[in-house]
Amino acid sequence: MSASDTHSSCASERVHHLLDALHAEISRSWTLMEVCGGQTHAIMRHGLDQLIPPQLELIHGPGCPVCVTAAETIDRALQLAALQDVILCSYGDMLRVPGTGPAHLLQARAAGADVRLVTAPLDALTLARAHPERQVVFFAVGFETTAPATALLAHQAWSSGTQNLSLLVAHVRVPPAMEAILAAPGCRVQGFLAAGHVCAVMGREEYEPIAAGQRLPIVITGFEPVDLLEGMLRAVRQLERGEGRVEDAYPRARAGEGNAAARALIERVFCCSNRRWRGLGVLPASGLSLRPPYDALDAERRFPPAARPVPAGNGNSDQGCISGQVLQGLARPDACPRFGRGCSPERPLGAPMVSAEGACAAYWRYRQRA
Amino acid sequence: MAPPLQFPCPISPDDSGVVLLGHGGGGLLSQRLLEQLILPALGSAGGVLLDAATLPAEAGELAFSTDGHVVRPLEFPGGDIGSLAVIGTVNDLAMVGATPLALSLGLILEEGLPLDTLSRVLRSAAAAAGRCGVSIVTGDTKVVERGKADGLFMTTAGMGRIPPGVAIGPAAIRPGDAILVSGDLGRHGVAILAAREELGFSTSLESDLAPLHGSVQALLAAGLEIHALRDLTRGGLASALHELCRDAGLGALVQEPLVPVHGSVAAACDLLGLDSLTMASEGRFVLMLPAAQAQEALKLLSREQPSAALIGRIGGEAVLLETSLGVLRPLELGRGELLPRIC
Repeated sequence: MSASDTHSSCASERVHHLLDALHAEISRSWTLMEVCGGQTHAIMRHGLDQLIPPQLELIHGPGCPVCVTAAETIDRALQLAALQDVILCSYGDMLRVPGTGPAHLLQARAAGADVRLVTAPLDALTLARAHPERQVVFFAVGFETTAPATALLAHQAWSSGTQNLSLLVAHVRVPPAMEAILAAPGCRVQGFLAAGHVCAVMGREEYEPIAAGQRLPIVITGFEPVDLLEGMLRAVRQLERGEGRVEDAYPRARAGEGNAAARALIERVFCCSNRRWRGLGVLPASGLSLRPPYDALDAERRFPPAARPVPAGNGNSDQGCISGQVLQGLARPDACPRFGRGCSPERPLGAPMVSAEGACAAYWRYRQRA
Repeated sequence: MAPPLQFPCPISPDDSGVVLLGHGGGGLLSQRLLEQLILPALGSAGGVLLDAATLPAEAGELAFSTDGHVVRPLEFPGGDIGSLAVIGTVNDLAMVGATPLALSLGLILEEGLPLDTLSRVLRSAAAAAGRCGVSIVTGDTKVVERGKADGLFMTTAGMGRIPPGVAIGPAAIRPGDAILVSGDLGRHGVAILAAREELGFSTSLESDLAPLHGSVQALLAAGLEIHALRDLTRGGLASALHELCRDAGLGALVQEPLVPVHGSVAAACDLLGLDSLTMASEGRFVLMLPAAQAQEALKLLSREQPSAALIGRIGGEAVLLETSLGVLRPLELGRGELLPRIC
C-alpha cells in the first residue's frame, strides 16, 4: 500500500547487500562526515548508524541552513518584522529559531508583527503584488540548493520593477564550510559524504580542489538508505586503498555535472561574500550576497539598521548548550549536557534542536531516550 | 399630497444572500433564517429543534461527547464542515462502543457568510446524520461580526447508547494485545492541505471522512473482546497510540512496513516533510484486542476497508516503531504546527 512498497523489498535487499559489503571491506576505524542535515535525519530515521560496522563513525555536518544562520541575522529579521508596514516572510523552520535573545519570529508574530510562512521564494512576489501598500521582506536562507529559487525571485522582482519587495539574504555555500571544518584543530573527518542535492545544482567541480588538496574522499551522496550506504561504501573503499578523490554515488540526480542553468542564475544575481555562521564564525567567501543591480533589493540597504546595536554572542553559550561544537562535528548531540535536560524541540536552546534538519532534533526524534 | 413617510426596516430584508448580524439577533431575521433555511436544510434529520430536547430514558450506560469544528476550507474533497461535525461526534461516541441516539448542533456564523454555503453544509450535515441513523434534536445559532470568525464554526454534541457488557477503554488494554488499524492513514489531512491551495500541490485524494460506529458494532456483534478504540483524528496514529499507551501504562511495538499508507499520502508527506503516522484521518480507528482474535477482527474490518491491517502489538514500556530494516526507534508525536484547523 505504501508508496515505497512496490520497490521496498528490492531496496531492502540492496540495503543488506551494501551493509554486507561494508562489513566485509572495512578493516580499521574510519570517520566520515555527512554534510547535509537531511542525510543525518535519514541515517537516524532508518537507524543506519546501528547497522553499519562499529569501526565506521559518522559525524554530523553543518548542512542545515536554518541551524547555521547567524543569530545576528535573525535579530535583523526580528527588527525588520517589527517595522510598521513590513510583511516578513520565510520558511517555516526559520520562524522558530531564536536570535541572540530568546525571541523568534513566531513570537514576534504573536506580538503583532506580520510574519508569514512561505514555501517558495516566488510566494513573496505574490504577496508583494497583493499588498502594494506594504513592504514585503523575504528572509532568504539555504545552501546552493535554494539559492537558484531566491535568484529567480530577485530577478523577477527586479525586472518587473517591483518596488515593495526586498530580500534579507543569508544564503551560504557548502565548500567553505568543509574547508573550515578540515582546518579546525581537532578535526577527525577523514572523508565527506557530500550533499547530493547541492551537487545536483553545483556539480562536482568545487569539491575537486578540496579532495586533491587534502587527499580525502568526497563522495556525492543521496538521501535514501541505499544512497547513503552506497556513499559510505565508496568512501570506505577509497580510504582503505589510500585514495582521496571526488566520486559520484548519486548519478540518477546527475549530481556530478550539476545544473548549468541554475548555476548561471546564481552567478547572475549573487556574488560570494564573507558570512558569519552560527557555531563556525565568519568564513571567507562562504555567503551569497546580491550583486548590482539586484542589490537594490537588499533589505539591509532599504531599511538601514537602527542605531541600536545588535547584541553579540550566540545567545545560548551561557546555558551549557554546545550547538557550536555539534555544528562543527566536534561533539555528538547526545554528548551535550543539556540534551533532553531543558533542551527539546519544544523548548530548544540551540538551532540544531529547532530545525527539522538539525542534528540534535534528529537524535531527539529517532533515538530512544532514557 | 406628500407621499406617506416610509420607515424602511434598518435590517435589510434577507435577500442579500449573506449572513447579517441581525440573523443572530433573536428577532424576525433569526426566525426566518431558522424557518426558511436551517430547518428545511436539515430536513428530516432535524426535528422541531427545541432549546432543550427530551430523550427517552433507558436503563444502562450512555455515552456523551462534544466537539467543536473550525475546519478551513469549509468544503473540501470528500466532505465539508457539516458532515465532519456530525460524523466527528458520532465517531467519538463509537469509540466507546456507543450507537448514536441524538445530536445537538451549534452554529457560530460570521457576518457575510453566503447563505448558499450555509444551506449546503447544513444539507450535508443532514445527509450525514441520515447516514448515521441519528437525529439532530436541539440547536443554536449565533452571528458574530465580520472578521471575528472564519465563515462558520460548528459545535456538535451527541449522546449514544452503550450495549450492556461493553467496557472499552485504555484500562482494558493488556500486554500482548494486537493493534489493528481500520484502514490506510492520513487521507483527510492531505486532502485538507491540498484544498488550502497555499502549499501549491494538488491531489485526487479525498478525505476519508466516514462514520465508524457500523464497523465497531460489527466487531461487537461478532463477540470480539474489544479492549480499546481511538479514532485517528488530529495527531494521527502517533497521538492515538501514545495516549492509549500512556493511559494504560504500557508500551507498543508497531511494524512500520505494515502500516497502510496510500501512495499519494506517502508522497505528499515526503514532499512536505510531514510524517504520515501523524496525519489525521476522519474515518479510521486503531483497535486493540486479544491477539487470538486479531485475524477475525481483520476479516471484519477488511469488508469495510480492504486496507485495514494488523500493525503491531502491545508490550514493553515505550511506543516504538520497527523500521523495514529491523531497527527500533521511538514513534514520535507530530509537532502539530503545520496543520492547524483541519477539523
